[in-house]
Amino acid sequence: MASKSVSVPHRLRWPLGYTAVAVLVFLAYYYVIPNLGPDAQTFFRNWLPLTSVNEALVWVICALGLNIVVGYAGLLDLGFVAFWAIGGYVAGWLMSGKFYDVNFNFLGGASGPGIHISFWLVLIVGGAFCALWGVIIGAPTLRLKSDYLALVTLGFGEIIPQVFLNGDNIGGFNLTNGAQGITPVDPIAIGSTKLGPFDLVWKYLIFVGIAALVVFITLRLREGRLGRAWLAIREDELAASMMGVPLMRTKLAAYAVGAVAGGLGGVAFATHVNGVLPDRFNFSISITLLAMVVLGGMGNVWGVILGALVLAWINSTGLPQFGTSFNDQFGTNVNFPSYNFLLFGGILVLMMLFRREGILPESRTRLILKEPSRTDMESLHADMEEAAPELDEDLEPVIAADGTGEKA
Amino acid sequence: MTTPQTAPQNTETGLKLRADHITVQFGGLVAVNDVSFTIPEQSVVSLIGPNGAGKTTFFNVLTGLYRATSGRVVLGDRDITTLVPHKIAALGMARTFQNIRLFGLMTAEENVKVAMHSKLRAGPFHTIVRTPRQRREEREAHETARELLEFVGIGKFAGEYARNISYGDQRRLEIARALALDPSVLLLDEPTAGMNPQESATFTSFVHRLRDEKDLSVLLIEHDMSVVMQVSDRITVLDRGEKIAEGGPDDIRNDQRVIEAYLGKSGRDKKI
Repeated sequence: MASKSVSVPHRLRWPLGYTAVAVLVFLAYYYVIPNLGPDAQTFFRNWLPLTSVNEALVWVICALGLNIVVGYAGLLDLGFVAFWAIGGYVAGWLMSGKFYDVNFNFLGGASGPGIHISFWLVLIVGGAFCALWGVIIGAPTLRLKSDYLALVTLGFGEIIPQVFLNGDNIGGFNLTNGAQGITPVDPIAIGSTKLGPFDLVWKYLIFVGIAALVVFITLRLREGRLGRAWLAIREDELAASMMGVPLMRTKLAAYAVGAVAGGLGGVAFATHVNGVLPDRFNFSISITLLAMVVLGGMGNVWGVILGALVLAWINSTGLPQFGTSFNDQFGTNVNFPSYNFLLFGGILVLMMLFRREGILPESRTRLILKEPSRTDMESLHADMEEAAPELDEDLEPVIAADGTGEKA
Repeated sequence: MTTPQTAPQNTETGLKLRADHITVQFGGLVAVNDVSFTIPEQSVVSLIGPNGAGKTTFFNVLTGLYRATSGRVVLGDRDITTLVPHKIAALGMARTFQNIRLFGLMTAEENVKVAMHSKLRAGPFHTIVRTPRQRREEREAHETARELLEFVGIGKFAGEYARNISYGDQRRLEIARALALDPSVLLLDEPTAGMNPQESATFTSFVHRLRDEKDLSVLLIEHDMSVVMQVSDRITVLDRGEKIAEGGPDDIRNDQRVIEAYLGKSGRDKKI
């Protein structure tokens, strides 16, 4: 065990750091900011409102789920919004007065007609239901490879929200309320306390907790048998199957685990916006999530979290607020938020040009993008030596770049 | 051959693997034509033949990558003809690749552990909670992986990414990875490609160590005739998809059809 007082056991490092940051942010919003002067309060209300922090956390939860599918197993998924939507509707069905002819209350946050089940239970049900749908969607699509897989997932990402949008008359049965969506969703019940739309600080703690749970699950799985199989499939599918890794089952597992995170995010989002609206679940969500994963650093949970926080903040607060300030300053009337995809596209192009591995890349990914592999260098060396042996001395620095520092 | 063609049990006859009348067609092209073939216990068998003879196709049928148009493959006492690759691998048929196919961005140790997938039992729940059973299993996997890396002689690279170790060591790592399947039959596809004569000589004794210490049957595809002649207990020669000869190294060396296949009819008087 650690003898020095400063050294922290390796396995406790991230939980402690995560908790520290989460608690600091909590204290800032709970105690510090309300006690600041009016100018500072206005600044925080404009540029860093707690509601956008909470929304960003929902994005974090979903992006972490997508990271398992894309970053670990290497399966390009362009329809992740489907799981977000399914999770949201599970919350809508089980935590509202939607099914008013059913009267069922289990530790719910509201009373009256409808189904009112405890938020915590709905989280579990939503996650499990999404896992099931991950398998249902994955079973036919995962037989496809790369580009085709991406196209079909894109299709499912469009189909599922459309089903919700048009689900107000399924053979006469109103499942989803159509375009009106399901509002309001019950407050979160903790004992006798109920967290409604304005109890942002407490919801923040809950969302941070869910995100921590997803991080924990991701990291644990990554270290084990399943995580190794995911990486092996990402690296070389054929070799993986020849080493006894069942491709279909392993890919389905990635889909299902990713979908669980999407479901948790969906349930959390429903309580965050106090309802479920079908027009929010559009294609741009899938793309934004993918951008978060790529921008942050595919395969590295901390990179993905950073990418999700940054992009979500730009989207919800940064860009509109910048627009307001800019327009006030220069007397213009530019609608900045409508340029968000131009900005995202620009950021992605720049990232691909200058930092393809993302802001905080997984150490492996950094390796493949920054350092040439040893065998590549050796064969290059052999080729060039054959072509012009006298060039050999000039090649020395190139060989040294392979990271091992030794010559073949 | 004395093997009875109908008996499904290989164990009685001391065989690890039997392939009966394998034919593989790609469209109208017959890549392998009615080849029967056996691998006895604890033996080194080589599959040789000129380019395009159907050696790798035959390999791919054995490992389940291609399905034979007709014929049957029996591993131990299991009919594996229609099984998918990962099942065949889990039953104890391991292979390496002509062009090295390691998981480049995983460490040498992780590469070996991937091949233990079918042996390990811990599901997602056990992995997330880290139950005592899962921890014990991982610890054992770690030790086995280290032993295998030591066995092939690259123990010191356990923590290195596979793509960063040298070409010869990558070939060793592929063998360590294959051994992690705890196979009864090991298939090596051109293992000495890119090795110098000295490394090839070391390789011969290494294959004999595999056979004797790991109780393995080894099937090789190999082009280097000096290696083939030294390493093999038995040699099968394919030419244009058909088996043209089978026997010990001395029989093959003097077989007229083999010499013709390699050197053409005019080479009949030369020696391999």
